[in-house]
Amino acid sequence: MKDDIILLGHGSGGKLSHQLLDELIIPILSQVAQSEQNDAAVLEGITGERIAFTTDSFVVDPIFFPGGNIGDLAINGTVNDLAMSGARPLALSVALILEEGLKLAELREILESMKRAADKAGVKIVTGDTKVVPRGKGDKIFINTSGIGLFDHDLRPAGSAARPGDKVLINGSIGEHGMAVLASREGLDLHSEIATDSAPLNAMVAKLLAAHGAAIHVLRDPTRGGVATTLKEIALQSGVDICLAEESLPVNAAVAGACAILGLDPLFVANEGKLLVIVAPEEADSALATLQGCEYGEQSAIIGEVTAVSAGRVMMRTAIGGLRAIEMLAGEQLPRIC
Amino acid sequence: MKYSTEYRDPELAKGLIAAIAKDVADYAGQITLMEVCGTHTMSIYQHGIRNLLPAQVRLISGPGCPVCVTPIGYVDQAVAYARREQTIVATFGDMVRVPGSSSNLQREKAEGADVRIVYSPLDALAIAEKNPDQSVVFLGVGFETTAPTIGGSLLEAEKRGLKNFFVLCAHKTMPTPMIALASDPELKVDGYICPAHVSAVIGSDAYRPIAEGFGVPCVVTGFEPVDMLRGIQLLVRQVLAGAARVECEYSRIVKPAGNRTAQAILFKVFEPCDADWRGIGPIPNSGLQLREAYRKFDALTALPVEVEEPREHKGCCCGEILKGKLGAKDCPLFRKSCTPEHPIGACMVSSEGSCAAEYKYGDC
Repeated sequence: MKDDIILLGHGSGGKLSHQLLDELIIPILSQVAQSEQNDAAVLEGITGERIAFTTDSFVVDPIFFPGGNIGDLAINGTVNDLAMSGARPLALSVALILEEGLKLAELREILESMKRAADKAGVKIVTGDTKVVPRGKGDKIFINTSGIGLFDHDLRPAGSAARPGDKVLINGSIGEHGMAVLASREGLDLHSEIATDSAPLNAMVAKLLAAHGAAIHVLRDPTRGGVATTLKEIALQSGVDICLAEESLPVNAAVAGACAILGLDPLFVANEGKLLVIVAPEEADSALATLQGCEYGEQSAIIGEVTAVSAGRVMMRTAIGGLRAIEMLAGEQLPRIC
Repeated sequence: MKYSTEYRDPELAKGLIAAIAKDVADYAGQITLMEVCGTHTMSIYQHGIRNLLPAQVRLISGPGCPVCVTPIGYVDQAVAYARREQTIVATFGDMVRVPGSSSNLQREKAEGADVRIVYSPLDALAIAEKNPDQSVVFLGVGFETTAPTIGGSLLEAEKRGLKNFFVLCAHKTMPTPMIALASDPELKVDGYICPAHVSAVIGSDAYRPIAEGFGVPCVVTGFEPVDMLRGIQLLVRQVLAGAARVECEYSRIVKPAGNRTAQAILFKVFEPCDADWRGIGPIPNSGLQLREAYRKFDALTALPVEVEEPREHKGCCCGEILKGKLGAKDCPLFRKSCTPEHPIGACMVSSEGSCAAEYKYGDC
């Protein structure tokens, strides 16, 4: 392409728009040439009684951060939302809102990582849209992805399905995505690079459901608000108490250190490649082994259990034996002052 | 990391809990200990320490959160700067949500004001350097822990010849309010858990007037659970023995005379002044103002603005909570109209405020 930045004309629908699509977006994201594309993608061969459908918008700042960028985040986020319903992600749409002045080299890098993420997750990008807003009316790039997924089984894992006695599992160290973004946003020199954990979890979910079936009661990805907020949502939906054991919670040393410096609690920090699994007690150990055998699951751990039917409390047994309540994240986590 | 892991050793902590319980087993009275540091407040909740202690030992929170003790008029002043043309307000994160009389900085930012969150006054200095046509007002809030870094940033501003960097000063100092609370007849404080970071600067000797003059035992402790429990044990033992002296559990960081370098910077730039403490009122010599030679950096003198008449919110108990006379749960607004999403008082806003800690971690 001739230009090296996004111009308003790239969103005009005219010649420049076609050039952007033909020369950059379609060659990277899609196998179907623009000349063969219609107003809507038509998906064939879908059978069965249920499909999963979800959407998510991505506005992360900065758009590049250690371990990833807004592009792979947008793919993994929607893939994971589909996977948490138990569905097999099939197809995604990608809508780009670009700010005038965005560097084409950056857009290319984002598109290429979207393609890699989609390939890794085994999902196709079948339709999309591109708009350009004047400089100052957006923030470089916003991405919306929507996706549909199919069910190869009759299982219905849900936030309302936790039962007393169930065990709570997670597939690894918490708080990495939030701290990676925060550290790069604020230019914090933490002397250790914390990378995002952004990853597709659909293969892991497929293995869990195939091996443990109806014993998998709840699947949720603890994104914004962190593990604490997601568990609180589950406790409220299911009407149960959940108790975590502090010493079993995986937190890598760099995240723990950065959180300590900034006065943040890793339990409330966002994840993008983590999965909370609530499983029937008799299958807990074997489900843990399944998770540990998966890519992105080596550090999996049993972190707590569902203790009783109640109004929905989440508690943590601290390492020294104390008990503390865990509430949802309120407002933003702010760095402390002293 | 290993150093702090040792101070989180569960077995050591459990041993201390058992020892404290044994110490007070035959004691019929109540021992009330006050912490005056927001990070201690958080640590007590975070580790669930309160419900591990015997019934005779009661922990209460004092005026230890710098955001919480900052009067509402200061927030109004900051809001006025946010509304000023060609002005950037730079602040530590906690201040942006503190409610003023009719607005707050978060709202001003949403309406277009340039309010930036920084992690260090040096970041604010960099903003001033990058924006020579704008005035940058840094909100100087905090105790002796933040004051030296702000002092250092002013020395640096002078060196770089910056003319657009200003500080809105509301620094407070310890241990003056601890003396005020120790002499309050309504409030029976049997011992002080003295702040850790502040003490690293001012030194543990600073608490001798409280122990020796008012007969209240003082122990400086660190933030880890083993630190906290050791500090509590030392205080309980002093109370039971009828003693009142200063002890330092946190001697790996805190020296009797403190950090002389930090003190030198602090007193080069600042001098003591009377200060208004939210909830407690004016206390002589409990704040810091810029010395004559540095007053050109004082936002109040250099950039006069019109400020609304401060109005406290009706029913807010922050004052009584900051004095330790009420707990968060005693306030009629707590969890009802006052929540972290819609805070009414400062104790709910700051992550280290006692209402926010109670809301977030509450005792089970």
